[in-house]
Amino acid sequence: MTALPFLLLILAVAAGYAINRGAARAIRDGGSRLHSMTSYHGVFAALLILVPVLTFTLLWLALQGPVIDRITMSGLPDGALDGLDSGGVQLILAEIKSVSRGQIFGTPEDWKIAASERYVLLHTRADWFLVAAVCVLSLALLAVARSRVAADFRARQGVEGIVTGLMIFCSTVAIFTTIGIILSLSYETYRFFELVPVTEFLFGLNWEPQIPLRDDQIAAEGAFGWLPVILGTIVITVVALVVAVPVGLFSAIYLNEFAPKRLRSVVKPVLEILAGVPTVVYGFFAILVVAPAIRSFGQSIGLDVSPNTALAAGGVMGIMLIPFISSFADDALSAVPQAMRDGALGLGSTRGEMMTTVLFPAALPGIVGGVLLAVSRAIGETMIVVMAAGLIAKMTINPLDSVTTVTVQIVTMLIGDTSFDNPKTLAAFALGMMLFLVTLVINIFALRIVRKYREAYD
Amino acid sequence: MTDISNAHGAAPRRTTSSELVAASLKRRRRKQAYLQGVGLGAILIAFLMLFILVASLVSTGWQAFTQTHVTLDVYVDPEEIPAERLPRGGFDDALAASLGRMLPGTDMSDRGTARAVEGILSNGAQFELRDRVVADPSLIGQTITMTVPVSDPFDQLNKGLIERETPEVNRRVKDNEVAWFDTLAANGAISKPFNWGLFTNADSRFPELAGLKGALVGSFWALLTCFLISFPLGIGAAIYLEEFAPKSRLSDFIEVNINNLAAVPSVVFGLLALSVFIGWFGLPRSAPFVGGLTLALMTMPTIIIATRAALKAVPPSIREAALGLGASRQQVVFHHVLPLAMPGILTGTIIGLAQALGETAPLLLIGMNAFITSAASSPFDSSTALPTQIFIWADSPERGFVSRTSAAILVLLGFLVMMNAVAIYLRQKFERKW
Repeated sequence: MTALPFLLLILAVAAGYAINRGAARAIRDGGSRLHSMTSYHGVFAALLILVPVLTFTLLWLALQGPVIDRITMSGLPDGALDGLDSGGVQLILAEIKSVSRGQIFGTPEDWKIAASERYVLLHTRADWFLVAAVCVLSLALLAVARSRVAADFRARQGVEGIVTGLMIFCSTVAIFTTIGIILSLSYETYRFFELVPVTEFLFGLNWEPQIPLRDDQIAAEGAFGWLPVILGTIVITVVALVVAVPVGLFSAIYLNEFAPKRLRSVVKPVLEILAGVPTVVYGFFAILVVAPAIRSFGQSIGLDVSPNTALAAGGVMGIMLIPFISSFADDALSAVPQAMRDGALGLGSTRGEMMTTVLFPAALPGIVGGVLLAVSRAIGETMIVVMAAGLIAKMTINPLDSVTTVTVQIVTMLIGDTSFDNPKTLAAFALGMMLFLVTLVINIFALRIVRKYREAYD
Repeated sequence: MTDISNAHGAAPRRTTSSELVAASLKRRRRKQAYLQGVGLGAILIAFLMLFILVASLVSTGWQAFTQTHVTLDVYVDPEEIPAERLPRGGFDDALAASLGRMLPGTDMSDRGTARAVEGILSNGAQFELRDRVVADPSLIGQTITMTVPVSDPFDQLNKGLIERETPEVNRRVKDNEVAWFDTLAANGAISKPFNWGLFTNADSRFPELAGLKGALVGSFWALLTCFLISFPLGIGAAIYLEEFAPKSRLSDFIEVNINNLAAVPSVVFGLLALSVFIGWFGLPRSAPFVGGLTLALMTMPTIIIATRAALKAVPPSIREAALGLGASRQQVVFHHVLPLAMPGILTGTIIGLAQALGETAPLLLIGMNAFITSAASSPFDSSTALPTQIFIWADSPERGFVSRTSAAILVLLGFLVMMNAVAIYLRQKFERKW
């Protein structure tokens, strides 16, 4: 059923192309000189139909579901939804939908069956209306396009205008995505701060997002201070950098100055493989190999190591960041002008001295920019820590302890939860907002350093 | 300068500067060798890590590519499986009785023993028998030969993952069960063929039945959606920004935006999808379509950046020649520049899609980590994807899922290697040097 409007649309577009092209040909064969080539007349008609009708259809399909849900729910008999929270309302809606698909469990009340019949009816009507609308709109646009065919009609300019508009739309999608991220995060964060004061979130030392499921349940009230969570993130990030920066930097130095060409041509792709491995694989690697290894090593020297240490998660994250840092450092070193190398060598320094006293200091801003980008990567990295780090937020900087991170909390609080009205799920959005802001600031800062430095030597 | 040379000449001759240099040269060279050594060491560490990663995955994962099966003659007992009660019936009892006949000396009238014998077979065996009998009810009363998977503990025993030397109390397979299994093996009933079920089954609670079909199908739908959305949008944006956009504040702003989007943590895209696509637009949870939509937003910056680089690489002489012959600016781009840039664009797109294939966090947030036992038939059905399936299996407590997880990772890495190989091939085959 959903395919039918699209099928009609394709037909209309093809018809528009054929009709207008044929009409233009007829004019040309009649002896007049056309402004545009005949195919442009065809493409003009096709685009004139395609763009508005497709936009309409997609909008209709996107809005149809929620609107029908709302009409169905508002048409329920009075009192049916009294005393239900949003979760309960969702359940009733789901039940009505499953009844309408013919999956009936037990004996639903009569008003539910009536509602499901209305639901089906609304859907059928909406579908047919869409088909009819697509037909009418396409025919109308086809008539408009056909009426434009004339010897002096500037069809090419028309086509190019539409295409330019489409391309401008494409490039604004990036802006809309950013706006969407900012709006959705700030909306949910605002709702979170209505339930939990901002000061508690920013300065609280406890993170215990467990909230009682039932009213009579004895449980922690729920504490939402993000400091222990961000502290855990910092611990893991530091561990990752301690692994990644030296290894990445020294391999870049070696590759850039000392490695024979053949070795370089082998090492670089292998490092890229390390960069292309999905993070879920690193996460499994951490729990399969690294965490048990660290644990048994700790026990052998008499240390009590928790099963999901910051060390394991951070160490594996460090491995993931090695290629990132090494490629940034390599680029920064290569960007130093040849004249500086030649000058240093000409004054009699060894290649090692040239590297440490001339190239490395000159490339330092670029390298710092790369490391900053790696920091933002490490803060935002999710799968490794979800699988290998802990869930309990602790105020500790001991890397052998189990810590949690911002991303771990976001994922665990949102997995399997649908309603957006309790502080637990909303807290995830507040954390996401902080994550977005922190990484954004670091990224802008790092990109500025990298770019400024590049311009200095160009 | 003259001052210095005069000072030198006046001083009593001690050592020349070249002697000084020669004396320190050894130390300086040693320093350089040290730096080189550390650099080489760093590279070796990176290689070692990659080696350990791959080796650990292969060593745990290769076992999951075979699956222990047992071949048995099943007597479809009309007393257990009466034709009029189909599709219900005691299929498990029929299987257990048939298996018991192959194990001389077992007392099948003892319920505990019968249950233990039945435990050799996978839980899926009774459904396979049911499907065969339902498809052909004339089988009732006959004896048919079936080859079915054994349950996970026996699979592990056969693969040597459960050590026979372990004391019985610490072993998941008891001594008498080991003896049964050995009897079956001695009769030639046990086989270990390639595990096609890994690719043809959907997810299951039982490791021996769990497969990747649902995840592969889900990933396919998600990637298809991602490609259909991000490819045209990305190319359109790139062409506009590279070829047509006037240098203005707006186009600068768009550029900054795209660069920043490329660095936004993936989990934030998951939050966006959860609150906008699912919360506001009411799209279904766990659907590959929503996953693909989210991945498209993440892949688009990659495609835009790659496309712009490819467009930039086309020499201006092509554009000038076309313009000189009277082509409009759009004709120049669409007839000449874009086709020449296509290999580079496709390479960038494939690399972007490969990244999207391995992306996990946003898919978790939109619920693609649900337990779903059938493959999605449309992009709007609930489904998992390859990386989220890996996450689910890695979380499962059953021992058999460890090697399944590694095997799933090997499959995922196989796809990534294939996509990258295609990208490299395209680049080398079609890229033109100007």
